[in-house]
Amino acid sequence: MARLTRRKLTPTDIVMWTIGAILIALILWGSIATLARGAYSLDHWIDFTIFGLAQGSIYALIAMGYTMVYGVLRMINFAHSEVFMSGPYTAYYVAAYFYRSGLLEAHPVLSMTMVFLVSMAVSTLIAYLLEMIAYRPLRSAPRLVPLITAIGASFFLQYVFRGLYGSGFQAYPVIRALEGPMYIGPVRILKFQLLVIFAAALLMIALYQFTQRTRLGRALRSVSEDKEAAALMGVDVDRMISMTFMIGGAAAGAAGVLYAIMFKQVHFFMGFIPGLKAFTAAVLGGIGNIPGAMLGGIFLGLVESIGPSLFLDGLGITAPYQLKDAIAFTMLVLVLIFRPTGILGERLAVKKA
Amino acid sequence: MRPETSERLPGLSLGLVAGACLVLLTLIGIVEAFSQREIVSGVLSMGEGLLLFTGLFIAYLAADRGLRSAGAGRALAAGIVCGVAAAALLGGLVLLSRAVNLRQVLINASPAVFQMLLFQQEELLPGLALLGATGLLAGAAAAGLRLLPPVPRKAVTAGLVLVAGLGMLQDTVYPVLSSWGPLGDIADWVFEGLGLSRGGALLLFLAAAAASAAWAVKGQALRGGIEKLSPAGRRGLRFAGLALLAFVLAILPQALGLFLSEVLTIVGLYVLLGLGLNIVVGFAGLLDLGYVAFFAIGSYTVAILTSPELGFFSLGFWQALPFAVLFGVIAGVLLGIPVLKMRGDYLAIATLGFGEIIRILVLSDSLRPWLGGAQGIGKIPKAEIGAFEFAGPQEIYYLILAGCFLVGFISWRLRDSRIGRAWMAVREDEDVAQAMGINLVAAKLLAFATGAGFSALSGAIFASKIGSVYPHSFNVMISINILCVIIVGGIGSMPGVIVGAFALVGLPELLREFAEYRLLVYGAALVAMMLLRPEGLWPEATRRRELHEGEIEPQAEPPAAAAAGRP
Repeated sequence: MARLTRRKLTPTDIVMWTIGAILIALILWGSIATLARGAYSLDHWIDFTIFGLAQGSIYALIAMGYTMVYGVLRMINFAHSEVFMSGPYTAYYVAAYFYRSGLLEAHPVLSMTMVFLVSMAVSTLIAYLLEMIAYRPLRSAPRLVPLITAIGASFFLQYVFRGLYGSGFQAYPVIRALEGPMYIGPVRILKFQLLVIFAAALLMIALYQFTQRTRLGRALRSVSEDKEAAALMGVDVDRMISMTFMIGGAAAGAAGVLYAIMFKQVHFFMGFIPGLKAFTAAVLGGIGNIPGAMLGGIFLGLVESIGPSLFLDGLGITAPYQLKDAIAFTMLVLVLIFRPTGILGERLAVKKA
Repeated sequence: MRPETSERLPGLSLGLVAGACLVLLTLIGIVEAFSQREIVSGVLSMGEGLLLFTGLFIAYLAADRGLRSAGAGRALAAGIVCGVAAAALLGGLVLLSRAVNLRQVLINASPAVFQMLLFQQEELLPGLALLGATGLLAGAAAAGLRLLPPVPRKAVTAGLVLVAGLGMLQDTVYPVLSSWGPLGDIADWVFEGLGLSRGGALLLFLAAAAASAAWAVKGQALRGGIEKLSPAGRRGLRFAGLALLAFVLAILPQALGLFLSEVLTIVGLYVLLGLGLNIVVGFAGLLDLGYVAFFAIGSYTVAILTSPELGFFSLGFWQALPFAVLFGVIAGVLLGIPVLKMRGDYLAIATLGFGEIIRILVLSDSLRPWLGGAQGIGKIPKAEIGAFEFAGPQEIYYLILAGCFLVGFISWRLRDSRIGRAWMAVREDEDVAQAMGINLVAAKLLAFATGAGFSALSGAIFASKIGSVYPHSFNVMISINILCVIIVGGIGSMPGVIVGAFALVGLPELLREFAEYRLLVYGAALVAMMLLRPEGLWPEATRRRELHEGEIEPQAEPPAAAAAGRP
């Protein structure tokens, strides 16, 4: 197919490739200028990288939900960012209770496990209800309809949680065991960042093994491959779709607590930007592709944390860090334009989108 | 096979759904926020009304299911069970609130709202009994309503809607009416305190019910009479109608006063924006979530060209306006080119990304000397014609009205033109449209450019109305609001945009307590609209046919068209 559809260059292609070339040139020029100036030491770069890894592994966990749902339903679950928010926001009250009662100090591992479980449970529940109420009745509707529903559900959930818990920022309790730096050889790393990276990696490996090795995981994959054939083979498609939402929700709930550990606060609007970034990550990795989402998330985290200092600083832009979100969104748009199949590119997303 | 038919208690599952809805409404604070406002003074506050009408609606659905499965007795039983179940859940919430301090977590679980649920009774038991009885009566009433024949049912619904609507809007309707001479005396009697008086409510209910019944009986004859008129007579009638409309539109700001004129200008701006987005989303089917970017471009162009604060240029509003529209169109094409190949979801996300990029760029310190950064740009001059300055809302109204007419006219003519039909073909199926010889690139870019131009026009008017521009005025919420407006109104339908803007923008402006829950209601409205009435409040004709293909009466469509329905 790809060979058959090759055509002559159209004017729009030329415009797009020119834009791409200019951007690459700017990035190279900025990076070289920064490095030549030597404004940042090696320690800075290591710090940026570790922060990027931690941030990126959170994106990767959230991206799982996007990518798995897209795999089975070919729709972007726009409300996934609120699934991500609902867990840690609810678990905040558990954490705060443990903090007041002193349990968090005495048994940090036990109490944090509880917080994780609560957060994952709430996110799973929200994801399940979302699918049941908002998406299931619309499964055969025109494509635009579930997308609009998803946007509506996203705002609805945001403001329900605002109504329930209030509109202020809530400061997550600080866990003393996770404060301060530690050293791996000469590399200095903040303890909570290490925890975030470690926990996210563990969860992702578990999830990947689950989809690859277990019976249930095989059923999930078969549904995303071909719903009719899966149904003929005796797979309960509705249940599997529900399950997909719930697994994505659980991952998002866990990611939410990690996010709260890293940024120390929760808020009803906290899901929007990470959600959009995670979507970017999912697209980067090739939407529908689970390892792709992991790679995409980590890549995005790294670019976002290193990028502003590396190439924006070199271009003489003041306060480059303000533009880190713009970098992520620019990347999203660029990937959508130039390589909509993503880095790993499993599916031909444009045709199906 | 409906689960209800095998259920031992009919309506129980819907009753639990209703109860969950009511508990949620209570806990997110919307009930308490609305209980300040009365529908009928001393009888029913808006918060109570909200709970009651939600309960009635779901009990009505339960009765409907009961009626379909097993007849009238079952319907009544289902309605009552539903009402009692919902009340029971609310009662459970009250009991829970006595046992545990819910407020530590749920900030809106205040004692006042629970006291309201107990009908202000000191003792727990009589309060709970009253709550249960209300549930039972409401369920029975909903079932009774369902069992009425259609004409009286519509009459009762119309009466309830009018009473609820006027009661809610007391503080905007009453001051306006009371300044209108003889109407003022009636208004004095109908309204009382913060709501309607009891007599007034009854009068309004009866009037609306009578009007609805009369329309049901005589409406057909009236319509037939109009159709029987000679062409000249019909044209005359239409002309008279248009003249009346023009007259009303012209005197509206003077008649309504300052506050309502301000609301009208806001609604008008959304109509302008909605008409523009309607071309992109409604006609061409390109879901654009970054639409606010063009609005921002229009505003900022006017600001940069006119404001003495930056000091680059000092044009007047009218000289800057063409540039604003021009830059909007150019931006529309520029942002359109990269996303030409994308469809559906990807397009939505990419445009959302664009919108955010523009906002972040404007907000950043690096572009501050040119765009003002977070502080924005102030001192934008007002538009003026000769000595007439479009200063306050009562004057800006005319500017916006003119804009709406211009944009409405253009998009009306475009819709029926060759390019309009090309857009709709693209919306239905891109591949087929291309096979029919439609230039996809041109059609899509034209849609983006036209929509962007309209958006920039409204941005320009917005800048001159507010007198300053800030990056925070242009966040993604605006895009979502506009999208809601056109979807609730009916995608692709121009009257729908106006209906949608009044319902989603005008109403919340009037109900100030509502402001906090605005996006909640928007979200719920979007979901409910898609689930229950995907064609919108005032749908475009073709869309209505499409979405209700199976339900349409056979003579409305020739069999060939029905057979050639969409795959």
